[in-house]
Amino acid sequence: MNVNQHTPMASPYGQPQPGYSQPGYAPLDGGYPAPYAPYNGPASAYQPGAPPQGPARGPPASGPPPVSAPQPYNQYSHSQGDMQNGPPTMTQAPPRPAASQPYNPGAMNLSGPHPSYPQHYGPPSTIQQVTNQMTGMQIASGPPTPAGPGYAPPHSSQPPVSTAYSAAPPPSYTQAIPPVSSAPTQPPPPSGPATSQQYYGGPPPSSQQPFNSSLPPTSQQQFTSSAPPPPSSQQTFPPTSYSGPVPPPSQAPAPPVSQSQQSFPPTQPPFSSAPPPVSQPAFLSGPPPPVQGSFPPRAPPPSSHQYPGPMPPQQQPPLSQPSPYHSGPPPPRAQMPPTSMPQSNHLPPGPQGPPGPPGPLQQPPPQPGMQGGYPPQQNGAFGQVRGPQPGYAGPYPGQPNYGAPAPAPAPAPPAQKRLDPDAIPSPQASDMPAVQKSRHRIDPDAIPSPIQVIEDDKAKSTEPFTTGVRGQAPPLVTTNFQVKDQGNASPRFIRCTAYNMPCTADMAKQSQVPLAAVIKPLATLPPDETPPYVVDHGEGGPIRCNRCKAYMCPYMQFIEGGRRFQCGFCSCVTEVPPHYFQHLDHTGKRVDCYDRPELSLGSYEFLATVDYCKNNKLPQPPAFVFLIDVSYNAVKSGMVSIVCQELKTLLDYLPRENPEMDSVVRVGFVTYNKVLHFYNVKSSLAQPQMLVVSDVSDMFVPLLDGFLVNVNESRLVIESLLDQIPEMFADTRETETVFGPVIQAGLEALKAADCAGKLFVFHTSLPIAEAPGKLKNREDKKLIGTDKEKSLFQPQVGFYNNLAKECVAQGCCVDLFLFPNQYVDVATLGVVPVSTGGSVYKYTYFQAQSDQERFLNDLRRDIQKPVGFDAVMRVRTSTGIRATDFYGSFFMSNTTDVELAGLDCDKAITVEFKHDDKLSEETGALMQCAMLYTSCSGQRRLRIHNMAVNCCSQLADLYRNCETDTIINFFSKYAFRGILNNPTKAVRDTLVNQCAQILACYRKNCASPSSAGQLILPECMKLLPVYLNCVLKSDVLLPGADVSLDDRAYLRQLISCMDVAETHVFFYPRLLPLMKLESGSLPVAVRDSEERLSKGGVYLLETGLHLFLWVGASAQQELLLNIFGTQSFSQIDPSMTSLPVLDNPFSQRLREIIDSFRAQRSRYMKLMVVKQEDRAELIFRHFLVEDKSASGGASYVDFLCHMHKEIRQLLS
Amino acid sequence: MATFPEYIAQNEERDGVRFSWNVWPSSRLEATRMVVPVAALFTPLKERPDLPPIQYEPVLCSRATCRAVLNPLCQVDYRAKLWACNFCYQRNQFPPSYAGISEVNQPAELLPQFSTIEYVVQRGPQMPLVFLYVVDTCMEDEDLQALKESLQMSLSLLPPTALVGLITFGRMVQVHELGCEGISKSYVFRGTKDLNAKQLQEMLGLTKPSATQGRGPQTAQQPLSNRFLQPVQKIDMNLTDLLGELQRDPWPVTQGKRPLRSLGVAMSIAVGLLECTFPNTGARIMTFIGGPATQGPGMVVGDELKTPIRSWHDIEKDNAKFMKKATKHYESLANRASTNGHIIDIYACALDQTGLLEMKCCANYTGGYMVMADSFNTSLFKQTFQRVFTKDVQGSFKMAFAATLEVKTSREIKVSGAIGPCVSLNAKGPCVSENEIGTGGTCQWKICGLDPSTTLALYFEVVNQHNAPIPQGGRGAIQFVTQYQHSSGQRRIRVTTTARNWADAQTQIQSIAASFDQEAAAILMARLAVYRAETEEGPDVLRWLDRQLIRLFMFHLRRSPFLQVFNNSPDESSYYRHQFNRQDLTQALIMIQPVLYAYSFNGPPEPVLLDSSSILPDRILLMDTFFQILIYHGETVAQWRKAGYQDMPEYENFKHLLQAPVDDAQELLHTRFPMPRYIDTEHGGSQARFLLSKVNPSQTHNNMYAWGQESGAPILTDDVSLQVFMDHLKKLAVSSAA
Repeated sequence: MNVNQHTPMASPYGQPQPGYSQPGYAPLDGGYPAPYAPYNGPASAYQPGAPPQGPARGPPASGPPPVSAPQPYNQYSHSQGDMQNGPPTMTQAPPRPAASQPYNPGAMNLSGPHPSYPQHYGPPSTIQQVTNQMTGMQIASGPPTPAGPGYAPPHSSQPPVSTAYSAAPPPSYTQAIPPVSSAPTQPPPPSGPATSQQYYGGPPPSSQQPFNSSLPPTSQQQFTSSAPPPPSSQQTFPPTSYSGPVPPPSQAPAPPVSQSQQSFPPTQPPFSSAPPPVSQPAFLSGPPPPVQGSFPPRAPPPSSHQYPGPMPPQQQPPLSQPSPYHSGPPPPRAQMPPTSMPQSNHLPPGPQGPPGPPGPLQQPPPQPGMQGGYPPQQNGAFGQVRGPQPGYAGPYPGQPNYGAPAPAPAPAPPAQKRLDPDAIPSPQASDMPAVQKSRHRIDPDAIPSPIQVIEDDKAKSTEPFTTGVRGQAPPLVTTNFQVKDQGNASPRFIRCTAYNMPCTADMAKQSQVPLAAVIKPLATLPPDETPPYVVDHGEGGPIRCNRCKAYMCPYMQFIEGGRRFQCGFCSCVTEVPPHYFQHLDHTGKRVDCYDRPELSLGSYEFLATVDYCKNNKLPQPPAFVFLIDVSYNAVKSGMVSIVCQELKTLLDYLPRENPEMDSVVRVGFVTYNKVLHFYNVKSSLAQPQMLVVSDVSDMFVPLLDGFLVNVNESRLVIESLLDQIPEMFADTRETETVFGPVIQAGLEALKAADCAGKLFVFHTSLPIAEAPGKLKNREDKKLIGTDKEKSLFQPQVGFYNNLAKECVAQGCCVDLFLFPNQYVDVATLGVVPVSTGGSVYKYTYFQAQSDQERFLNDLRRDIQKPVGFDAVMRVRTSTGIRATDFYGSFFMSNTTDVELAGLDCDKAITVEFKHDDKLSEETGALMQCAMLYTSCSGQRRLRIHNMAVNCCSQLADLYRNCETDTIINFFSKYAFRGILNNPTKAVRDTLVNQCAQILACYRKNCASPSSAGQLILPECMKLLPVYLNCVLKSDVLLPGADVSLDDRAYLRQLISCMDVAETHVFFYPRLLPLMKLESGSLPVAVRDSEERLSKGGVYLLETGLHLFLWVGASAQQELLLNIFGTQSFSQIDPSMTSLPVLDNPFSQRLREIIDSFRAQRSRYMKLMVVKQEDRAELIFRHFLVEDKSASGGASYVDFLCHMHKEIRQLLS
Repeated sequence: MATFPEYIAQNEERDGVRFSWNVWPSSRLEATRMVVPVAALFTPLKERPDLPPIQYEPVLCSRATCRAVLNPLCQVDYRAKLWACNFCYQRNQFPPSYAGISEVNQPAELLPQFSTIEYVVQRGPQMPLVFLYVVDTCMEDEDLQALKESLQMSLSLLPPTALVGLITFGRMVQVHELGCEGISKSYVFRGTKDLNAKQLQEMLGLTKPSATQGRGPQTAQQPLSNRFLQPVQKIDMNLTDLLGELQRDPWPVTQGKRPLRSLGVAMSIAVGLLECTFPNTGARIMTFIGGPATQGPGMVVGDELKTPIRSWHDIEKDNAKFMKKATKHYESLANRASTNGHIIDIYACALDQTGLLEMKCCANYTGGYMVMADSFNTSLFKQTFQRVFTKDVQGSFKMAFAATLEVKTSREIKVSGAIGPCVSLNAKGPCVSENEIGTGGTCQWKICGLDPSTTLALYFEVVNQHNAPIPQGGRGAIQFVTQYQHSSGQRRIRVTTTARNWADAQTQIQSIAASFDQEAAAILMARLAVYRAETEEGPDVLRWLDRQLIRLFMFHLRRSPFLQVFNNSPDESSYYRHQFNRQDLTQALIMIQPVLYAYSFNGPPEPVLLDSSSILPDRILLMDTFFQILIYHGETVAQWRKAGYQDMPEYENFKHLLQAPVDDAQELLHTRFPMPRYIDTEHGGSQARFLLSKVNPSQTHNNMYAWGQESGAPILTDDVSLQVFMDHLKKLAVSSAA
């Protein structure tokens, strides 16, 4: 196995995979560590691609990647492998075992699955190839499976795999693919469920383990139930979860007995049959690669995961599922593939579906052979496949596990949705054919499910992610995983839309896939990961390339015995300074390579010399200035007293680098209404002094000494001040405020002190008092939807832009806390915060009692979080591409330098790249993000993040290595900026068009020929439509009647600096059923649709900004008693913002979950209790993004149909 | 009848009036020929401890253009209860309250000895006194500390109900809110931007109360006072602490720079603050400055140390680029303040100039004090400042606020103008001459700050035509009506009515000549000269003066710092002129011609000639120039002193000799305001120059041997001596006569 796998893996995945697959498995079983070690190997393995290499590398690499995903793939791969390549199968087989027992290779082998896999996957492999043709879905699924067994593990690393695939020949593909599929399969079972739980609950690693134990419960159970007794279980489950489908597929096959299964088989068969031939050839020939690519891509894995989830169980006899799988493994798999295929994308037009089915059905027979079956599915999957898919649906039903509550339509749906729906669900299939024959009849379960993808990814990401392999896509943001820096920046710092960049501009243009990276330079790392090391190169400063000024990094090639180095970015050769000289070893590496972070790691910091400082002077420690509105509204709402009270304790928690030391950050205080009050809190004073500046037209700082003070030295005076502020203004009747002068004041204070810093402005109302930056109320609902709407997002006056410029020049970052009772023109007030790297927090209708907690937590976090000041960020790239556009909270005075007055650990910057020349596949594309900043202790530093991605000349490789979440992050920022200059509708259309072009390009160039009616989605992007729809119907782009202009402007600005994880949950909220809670794991989320809610249940929904607890009207009394301490639905107080502290495990666990959610997000989420059929439910429903929205946003199904139509138009 | 000198002294004693001529020529033509105009030095608040204020209001002539006050010169018909105005001859009915009037029951104002009488106005609320301290913080810590102590001390001298306020300035200007518990508040303004009253009002948050109060400014002012101007009794401790915490301006001053001092804006804010809170109420803005304004409106010098502050030389060359603008700024402030009856005092303590030249109008227009010293940490400043708060026997401050002086004249004579610390109220009337001298064109002046020694020079013009003889025994009358706010808060009116005989110059030239008051005339002419010097080019004034013929004084006046700017900075000139323009006759005389006393074993102390010949080795000289009190030990005396004879019991007489001038000097020091500079020097001492520069250089290095005398000390100067001057004058007089 190993060998086989390796070889295949290696080739397919590229270096990484090999390593993963082989080692992975072994390691897996053994332990994660092993896998990691393998990683390195894998990397190498990938490169070689050759089988031999594979083995060698395999071991290491396989370990990690294989983790969850691999296994699932394994299963598939097995099938495929069997089908396609004799050897592969072998390999695959092993993988499977892995799958079943994610980590235990042995187990894998042992598991009979192989045979089963072969069937399913075997075809897949071919299918994969074929599938590619078919649809991403099928392919995905197919490939994965084949490779799966062996590869599966590696697959987890998949990304590489995909690349590898492209590069590697067919064999590799198969292998690769298999891994993928296998991986998914394996992981899913254990992890799948677990992952889901993990998601909610803890970190990935744990999840994996948990999965076995806990996870299994959910997914496995479902599966098991469904699988074994496919019919029955499926019925129940099917409806709910898609994942079900996957398993179902597997089950289905076996179960043929069950309706769903039957249906599935058919679908698959068709695919398999048709495709197989195609696919295989394809593989062999050029085509295959693409296919593979698609397969390998995660998509497959995920799907496989899901399946795997179920699968594993099967394999793992221990679990209930095992048996089913075992028994039906083969069949199920067969089904699986189909499912995957369909899932991928094919949403064949409804009509086609039906017809398709028949075809598929016929194919189904072949399906048994899996391979054959899959391919077809992929292609036609959507339309026809779905027909069969219905069957899948059945399988999905298995998934229902996820949405258990969901209508168990399994049975019914299956029939209707057969086509792809099921197939689609099977995440495995990289390509998701989402076929919708008749739109109306489309079963939501039949279209790609985000939950499924997420769970699959969790399931396969059981091992630490090592960054040593170029072009390897990291696990999804929803997955908990550990990262090991081995030369590229951690995905926590940089995520790319594509890990395989097109070599040429033409290719990029053709695909329309945005090339972008989301960079979060100061991201916080989990405690088990090492923060970037600080490197000091001495007085001369960091060593850099002479020409492009790139900083020393692992991509610098030392030559001439170490006397010179060649820049990886511009190829220029630079002398090595004598003090930095070091001999090279026989491989050309510096001997001290591993002693120096800058030569071996992706992220590290340099100590900057005085040359990197403003005015050639080392910086002063930064300062925080608190500017508090004390007008009537502010006092009355309680804001003033809350802030003052809180600051007294909060000042002890100012950011510091050494927890042992006191913070060196100085603080200053200002209050204001129409005039500004500065405070002298010098330690030598007996009482604070208040200095009123009423000349706001020409702001200045009235005092120098005593304004910015050290907290410890002036503690008494500060406390006295904070005690008095609320009293002093308790009787104020001043309602007017200024705003521009407030920021000017802070800015001038920092200027006077000659330091950088941050302003915390607590503001309540539209600044209408006579002063610079005075605003008028311009909220005009009539403009919404017109061409003039854009003006509402633009600042009202130019004053703030200029002010922002000044702030940036001084390194003055502004955080704005708004407490409006009416329109305050966030679009204008937010200009300075947004341009200076600050944040805007908004608490509309702030009331001390109910909003205090949220505000205080935000404030605490905002003050305490790590932050850098006076920063300049530059992204350097290797010749051929260039960073052309930047999105986020910053200011740019030229086209290359991103200037950030301040940057905290939660801010991300999205960078778009464009080609200006050709890239080479050999060297890949390098990028180096260097950020010069002043740390909170006043040290000037450079933080360097390096990232290398692969380059490809085949579109399929591109499509196989994309990350949809990142693409959505980019799209949303792109669109939200677009509305500044274009009518909102035009922006929406642009998004839809681009998305359609991306998918059409895939369909045209990568998917196997199939009927035009079939919707085929690349596995990696099968969620693109659903996510894009969420973006399109967000409040910003499609406001409801009750959404204020301020809210839209607020969200617009907020999104602009979100990282991928935040945009993901923001656009596709997490919805957790709370009927059963277990410690250590989270329940598996359900899709954001009302259909998924059960009247008898209680659900938790989080968006990163909001947190809802939805209580079904007929929720069990016991549940209510556990949560609320009351049995009566009617006695639940919907105004509560925190749950009662009850002494029962359920309540404890629920509160733990809520706390952990809050801890994950950069902003505190206020809990809203929503009772079913209560008025507040309208708000809640707004976040059920798969449904039609009240503001006219399309439902997922409708949008998918629309998208399909667009694609068809493009294709014709 | 007493001699003229006695008459003059009596009049001065009773009414505080000294005329240049005490018998007036009866026609315009004759008056013009007399060169020295009919004029008077009038001290409105001449101290009259024997004069009890009358607790009712004056009776006025009912003619709208006259409104003269009933006085002893009026003819009264006791039976008809009528009185005839002696200025316009209007017959007026006595008010009902005078029903009981009769020859034996006359109201005080009809008694001749009450030619000066003071009424107390009973109407209206009693206004508190307002003291607004404007304090510079750009000074050495020692100075600041001394100043803080002086200010804290002054709080104890203020009546408990007086309102005080505090404005400090440096680079910024801070208006301190008083009486805040737990936190001290102040409003801060940029030192570079002038604000008008309305802006200031808004920025200090003073608009709302005034808006609600509407018409009754006085009732509403009370609440207004609450934030920045508070009764001493309430915020005594608070303000003492506040002053105690005052820090030197914290803004860094780099090498080679002057501190940024926003004096112009600070004063502007002070004026504005009072303007919008206490218009037409007595108030003192006391400005303490440690250097020149270096930024913003009113700056007199840049902050570059390498550019020195303007000198007379610069001014002549028109090279003082800030002067005009600054002067304009301070003038407008002075006008605003005087319009509202507010006083601006300037206490400038610095070694270098502080811009008094530009700011002089602030004190001059408002009757404020101008004090110049080297440092706040000198007794000169400390005691002067303390003496501002001197009280009279009734325990009231010797200062009056927001006064208006109205002059009413008989038909034959009109008022041409006034010179002194006043501004015109532009009140036209029948007694206003078309011929302006000094501040003219009006019969009313505003004197925001008055003290018992404040003296105005008033110039009159005889308008009677030559062909309209005045009836025999007719007298020209002049009535001075001074309304002011007493330091007790009462509104008071002091009326002085005086009359002089007319004389026909052709027939009674002797009596006119005899009535000439040489001293008064000298001062009156000197004021005129100084006034002209202020407004015209220096040489022209001297030339003009030379055409006048006044003997000795003129010699010294020519040499005095009032006209001679050589060796004086512009600030010093402004300071001297300021003092000269407000002090009474005696003090003014001293200023022009310093007094010199000699102490020796030869006899009791005696006044000696202000001549170099008075400087003898065995004498101790005491010179009083008003600004300086100088004790000069002759060469021999100095040697004795050095040898320590005064400490030997057998030479106790020498000790007494040494002590005598010191005691006398102390006495002078104690009564003088502002405190003079006290100098103790000896022959050959560097500070002896003050003496040498004053004495008549009868012996110089050019002629000392020609005189063949042993006495006296030669003066190294090219100045002409009095002898030469006189000779020259005589020649001129003869030639011009011809």
